[in-house]
Amino acid sequence: MIGVGKMKQYTNVLDKPLTKGKQEVSLSAFAFLFSELVQYNQTQVDNIGELERRLEDAGYAVGARVLELLCHRDKGNRRETRLLGILSFVHSTVWKVLFGKVADSLEKGTEHEDEYMISEKELLVNRFISIPKDMGTFNCGAFVAGIVRGVLDGAGFPAVVTAHFVPVEGQQRPRTTILIKFAEEVLHREARLG
Amino acid sequence: MPPVAPRSGDSIFANLEHMNAELFTLTYGAIVRQLITDLEEVDEVNKQLDQMGYNIGVRLIDEFLAKSNISRCVDFKETAEVIAKVGFKMFLGVTASVINWDADGTSCSIVLEDNPLVDFVELPDNCQGLHYCNILSGVVRGALEMVSMKTEVTWVRDMLRGDEVYELNVKLIKQVPEEYPYKDDE
Repeated sequence: MIGVGKMKQYTNVLDKPLTKGKQEVSLSAFAFLFSELVQYNQTQVDNIGELERRLEDAGYAVGARVLELLCHRDKGNRRETRLLGILSFVHSTVWKVLFGKVADSLEKGTEHEDEYMISEKELLVNRFISIPKDMGTFNCGAFVAGIVRGVLDGAGFPAVVTAHFVPVEGQQRPRTTILIKFAEEVLHREARLG
Repeated sequence: MPPVAPRSGDSIFANLEHMNAELFTLTYGAIVRQLITDLEEVDEVNKQLDQMGYNIGVRLIDEFLAKSNISRCVDFKETAEVIAKVGFKMFLGVTASVINWDADGTSCSIVLEDNPLVDFVELPDNCQGLHYCNILSGVVRGALEMVSMKTEVTWVRDMLRGDEVYELNVKLIKQVPEEYPYKDDE
């Protein structure tokens, strides 16, 4: 019979060795799946805000798991404890694993001390999405914002994270900016640590 | 008709754009969890996953036909082989095999040993009735319906329930004849 002797049975999923994370699926498989996620959630809400919140929640669950996975596999069971450390972890490590590349940019907000922005010219989840006119500022990047919030929250950096389209001069499609606004306690702690 | 050359999805998969399977896996997990929270009943979740798969299947078949260069399959046997060897490979990067044909060639099992949907997954006690991968059966059903085959797709074995492999029974219910008249090339 197929599989006998080849496949080791684990009684517990935690006994299983972690894969290296090199396995790939086709981008369209993900695009199809993501589109179903969005369409399903559209049936569950009355307005855009709620839709974004639900996508963000779905992303949050992914982010929490990504943090755990990457801390075990890529960081030798350590995680970042400083603000800039965790931001660059998100911008580089997390982005590279999830999207195959480092994010296009990481910037500090000019007006507010507690705001940071991660920008991506063409966010993976928005690649095959065009927003109908009647849905206004809706951005599927809410899912990615959720992932970022999940990672940050899990690492002890609670924040409000939102996704926005930002028009780029000379480009037809806007880029997506993930805006991170850290909770007050995070900045206080950071200041104390000096 | 020339004999059918052995087909494999490897080269097609290699030419498509890829992405990390873990984001795919975790996103699917997020969908399943969201459904369990919203619908509460495991049976309803199974149904919804199947429906989502069906929706994907009816769209995915277009991309499959456009990019795989597969010509018309002569019979259901060949169709099943193509799904297993090319279809699964092309989209999920894994190969499946076809076993357990019945005598008249209308029912078989597609067996998956490797399944990117289930990494990190364990079914908790209150979800034992869940067909976690039910989206896949929906995809197969939806895709086949678009090429005039009504099928019934059910899970026979499931590794999350302690089996050695994933086994998907595909049963051809009826072949819907194409609508005549269609325009012949003149």
